[in-house]
Amino acid sequence: MSYKGRAILRDAIYEARASWAFVERNINLVKRYWGWEVVWLVYSIVNSLAVTFIGAGMEKISGQAVDSDYLILYLLVGTLVWSYLSVVFNSISEMISWERWEGTIEYTFMAPVRRFTHMIGTTMFAVFYGILRTLVILGAIVLFFNISLSNANLAGAIVTLLVGSISFIGFGVLASILPLLFPERGSQMTHIVQALLLLVSGVYYPVETLPGWMQSVAVFSPATYVLEGMRQALLSGESIPGLLPNLWPPLVIGVVCIPVGLIIFSRAEKYVKYSGRLKRSG
Amino acid sequence: MNNTGLNVTNVTKTFVDRKAFNLNRLWGRPAKTVTAVEGVTLRIERGGVVGLLGPNGSGKSTLVRLISTLLIPNSGYIEVFGHDVQREELTVKTLINRVSVEASFFKKLSPIENLLYAARLYGVRGKEIKLRGKEILMELGLEESRLYQPMEKMSRGMQQKVAIARGFLTSPILILLDEPTTGLDPRSKRQVQAFIRELRKEHDATILLTTHDMTEADVLCDRVAIIESGRIIAKGTAEELKGTVVEPEGDKPTLEDVFIQLTGKTLQEKEMGKNEL
Repeated sequence: MSYKGRAILRDAIYEARASWAFVERNINLVKRYWGWEVVWLVYSIVNSLAVTFIGAGMEKISGQAVDSDYLILYLLVGTLVWSYLSVVFNSISEMISWERWEGTIEYTFMAPVRRFTHMIGTTMFAVFYGILRTLVILGAIVLFFNISLSNANLAGAIVTLLVGSISFIGFGVLASILPLLFPERGSQMTHIVQALLLLVSGVYYPVETLPGWMQSVAVFSPATYVLEGMRQALLSGESIPGLLPNLWPPLVIGVVCIPVGLIIFSRAEKYVKYSGRLKRSG
Repeated sequence: MNNTGLNVTNVTKTFVDRKAFNLNRLWGRPAKTVTAVEGVTLRIERGGVVGLLGPNGSGKSTLVRLISTLLIPNSGYIEVFGHDVQREELTVKTLINRVSVEASFFKKLSPIENLLYAARLYGVRGKEIKLRGKEILMELGLEESRLYQPMEKMSRGMQQKVAIARGFLTSPILILLDEPTTGLDPRSKRQVQAFIRELRKEHDATILLTTHDMTEADVLCDRVAIIESGRIIAKGTAEELKGTVVEPEGDKPTLEDVFIQLTGKTLQEKEMGKNEL
């Protein structure tokens, strides 16, 4: 291998090791805060069950015959996908708030780590943790409902979720700039962004139910496409080519938002270092 | 490698008072500013130890943050072993580390877990972190049983020892010690001071030490600078500085005497009237 090749390989190993630091730290934090993890997991399972029971009870609510199995699966997809996307979004968008709260932010920012590596590490954990958590919730729900996935295209669902993850990583990177710039209220701002996505993306209802202006906003939410794609794959068994209309928009959103987010984050980092806001803990 | 470990040239750092800024902007007045560091020039030769003395709010920590790449100066420049901290930020970061007065950690994580996180960011392998981290902490007098307990269960002195281990574990060639012994009991203080001396001897580290402790500065530092209201008001070896003051009642002057004569107040008096910046 040439000298240049060896240098590139050395750098790649160095960056991979630094990325792993964030993954390992977050795994250790999850283990140490296990009590809170149990609380949130139980809350998420109960919340998902409560939503899914609406589907089971719809016949009694409306007094008309409905396809309960379809409705249960429709709501289940919404609650599970939203749970997963929320974890990915929160893990990334709150990486700054969390370190400010612990008081370690200066040490992380002083370390010789590119912000891209920082994001990669945080993202790897977010995706791994999100998938694991969602599977546990699904496992719990399966105990209560007779869910049939005989018509589902599971490969299509996985592809849709992975592509959707890219878009939510991009949104998370953009949202993480808020806590960096606004130590006191940045974290709250990211929750507002998340709440708006929940409202307009058709998590528990078709987007067409929303008023016209909200439907216009929904076009810009990657969750709209991920949810629609997941439902098509799991409820109708849509093939991957058939899923394309719901795959390319979140992919484009992710491909644009990640580099743009990193550039803006880097500018914001310079600003907070100039203004002395990095140290402030809110 | 460049023989000058740290070169701070004419550095000034000013902060804008945010609340006053908003009100002033309403009335069309210029923003209110606070100058934390003003025209500071400081040089440390490779392997040297320079002490920076000053009361709370004098600009010591701001200067350390400027060197650590955590703040960007308004004017002037800083070089670490010939590398500009702004233009070659990533290179500088690999050469330095810092121990600050606040032992900032993930409180629920153990010392070893915190060290794993911090040192991996510098490319240190996990096995080496566990081995060397344990060695340093034991040398600083931390019991082995403490290494795997959450940091929140440890005293401030113990946490500070972990902070010192974190600072040295990445083998920095410039180490910034920002009041590393503040709040430690006398025994711990001596252990830390002995460790700093040993590291200097064995690893040829260049050190900037900020402290309130005049005796500590006298014992550990080759040269001393006194900073007040963001400006360096005196610098030289401890003996040179002592030579500039009148001997009080025939006794040999101390660095405390130097400080009193140069600023007109004792450190304690200064600290009572100021808040940390």
